Amino acid sequence: MSPLPFLNTWSEALSGLTIKGFPLGLFIVAAVPLVFIALYALTYGVYGERKISAFMQDRLGPMEVGKWGILQTLADILKLLQKEDIVPTVADKFLFVIGPGILFVGSFLAFAVLPFGPAFIGADLNVGLFYAIGIVAIEVVGILAAGWGSNNKWSLYGAVRSVAQIVSYEIPASIALLCGAMMAGTLSMQGINVLQSGPYGFVHFFLFQSPVAWLPFLIYFIASLAEVNRAPFDIPEAESELVAGYFTEYTGMKFAVIFLAEYGSMFMVAAVLSVVFLGGWNSPLPNIGPVTLNNWTSGPAWGAFWIIMKGFFFIFVQMWLRWTLPRLRVDQLMYLCWKVLTPFAFIGFVLTAVWEIYMR
Amino acid sequence: MSEYFSNIKTGVTTIATGMAITFRHFLNAVRRKGDAGIDDADYFRQVDGLVTLQYPREAIPTPAVGRYRLYNDIDDCIGCLQCERACPVECIAIETIKVTSDDLAVCGKTSKGQQKRMWVPVFDIDVAKCMTCGICTSVCPTECLVHTPVSDFSEFDVRNMIYHFGNLSRMEAEAKRRKLAEQQAAAAKEKEAKAAAEPAAEDRTEA
Repeated sequence: MSPLPFLNTWSEALSGLTIKGFPLGLFIVAAVPLVFIALYALTYGVYGERKISAFMQDRLGPMEVGKWGILQTLADILKLLQKEDIVPTVADKFLFVIGPGILFVGSFLAFAVLPFGPAFIGADLNVGLFYAIGIVAIEVVGILAAGWGSNNKWSLYGAVRSVAQIVSYEIPASIALLCGAMMAGTLSMQGINVLQSGPYGFVHFFLFQSPVAWLPFLIYFIASLAEVNRAPFDIPEAESELVAGYFTEYTGMKFAVIFLAEYGSMFMVAAVLSVVFLGGWNSPLPNIGPVTLNNWTSGPAWGAFWIIMKGFFFIFVQMWLRWTLPRLRVDQLMYLCWKVLTPFAFIGFVLTAVWEIYMR
Repeated sequence: MSEYFSNIKTGVTTIATGMAITFRHFLNAVRRKGDAGIDDADYFRQVDGLVTLQYPREAIPTPAVGRYRLYNDIDDCIGCLQCERACPVECIAIETIKVTSDDLAVCGKTSKGQQKRMWVPVFDIDVAKCMTCGICTSVCPTECLVHTPVSDFSEFDVRNMIYHFGNLSRMEAEAKRRKLAEQQAAAAKEKEAKAAAEPAAEDRTEA
C-alpha cells in the first residue's frame, strides 16, 4: 500500500483558503455535505423513493408536475414553505423547536468524517468511525425532544419506541462495525478506505477479504435500517398506528428539516456500510492485464462518484426493503435485536478476530 | 433451539422471496399492463406491468350501450310526465303547457308521427341525483329519454349538474301560457253563453 498522492488534497487546500482573515474555505468544506444532502434528498430521496415505490407496486408515481413528474419535489417544497409553522399551545415550546434542529445537526455532524472521494473529507479524524457511530446517537436526543415537546400521545409513543430501538440496535451495529475496524486496524475513515484500495478492485474490499465478513456486513445493514427508522423498523413513525410518530405535530419547514435529517442519516449509514465493507471511494473494477480498469476509474472525482453510487445503491436496497416488508411489532423488534443480531454479531466478531490473528 | 434457527431460516427465505417479487415488479415497470378486455383469452395472463391509467388523458372507453348520463330528445318528448312520476329519487322536474288547437301544427309531431299535445318549457334533470336506475327510460312512451355512454360529467358548481332540456324560452312559455288561458277563458265564456241560451230555448218550447 502506497500513500495516495491526492489523499485529502482538496479539503486541505480548501481549509487553508481565507479571504481577509475570514476562513471561507472551512465554510465551504462544511457546506459541501450540506448541499449534497439537500440535493440528494430533493432528487433521489423524495422523487426517487416515490418513483421506486410506485414501480414496485405497479403504479406510475408522480406524473403531473413536469415531464414524468420530475418537478414534483419542487412543488412539495413550495407547499412546505407556504405552510403555517404551527407550535401547539400546550407543547413545550423550547423542546419542540430545538427537536428538529438537534435531529438534523446529529445527522449532519456525522458527515464531517465521511470521505467524499479520496481528496475530500471534512475531518480525517483518527477515530473517524467511532465518531460517526457516536455522533449519530445525538439524534436520539432530538427525537425524544420532539416527541416529548409535542405533548401528544402519538408523538411520545413514537419517541419512546424510537429511543428504545436506536439504543438497542446500536449494539449489534457497533459490534459489526468493530469487525471492519479490526480488519483495518484503524478507525480513520480515510485509513480504512486506503487499506481497501488495490489493483484488483473489489477483491480488496473487506467484504471479500475474509470468509466471515458477510455476517457483520448483513448485521450492520439490518441494524442501520433500525437506526434510521426505516421500514421494516419504522415503528417510531408507524403511519397506521401513530399517525406520524414523533413528528406528528410538526408542520412546514420543521417537518422538512426532520425529513432532511432522515435522508441525511440514510445516506450516512449507507456510506459507512460501503466505507467499512465495500471499499468506500475505491473503484470495484479490477485491472485485467493491459486493461487497467481500476487505474482508469480511480482518482478524486471517480472516488466521489464511487462512494456516492455505493451509498445510493444501499439506499435503493433500503427503499426496496421498505416496499417489500411489513412493519415489525415492538416485541419482534427487540427479539430480533437482542436474541438474533447481537449474538450473531458477537459470533462474527470472534470469528473475524480468529481470522485476523491466525489465518491471515 | 431448533425452532430458533428455523425461525431465522424462515425469516431469511421469506425476505428473499418477497424481495424477488418486488424486484420483478420494479423491472416490469417499463411496460404497461395490457388492455385486453374480459372477453379476451389473454385477460388473466396480463399480470405484469404498470396498471395506472392516467385518467383524464387516457380512459377505458365506456361500452357503446353504456347507461350513464341521461339525455332527453325534447323534439320527441310529449310531456306525459311518466318519467317524472317513475323516478325514485325525484331528479326530473317537468312543466308542461297544453297546446292550443291552432298551435298543434306548430308544435309538430314526434319522429314516429305522434301528435304532440304539450309544450315542455321546463324539463330539468338533476344528474347529480340521478342514480342511473333506468326506470324513467323504460316508462318513456316515445323513447326520447335515454341513458348515454357519457360517464364523466363532473362540474365545479353543483348548479351546473342540473341539465335543462326544455325547448321554450321563458318569454315563449309565457306567451303560450297566456294564449292557452285566453283560449280557455273564451271556451268557458262560450260554454256559459251556451248554457245560458239553452235553458231559454227550453222555456220557449214549453211555453
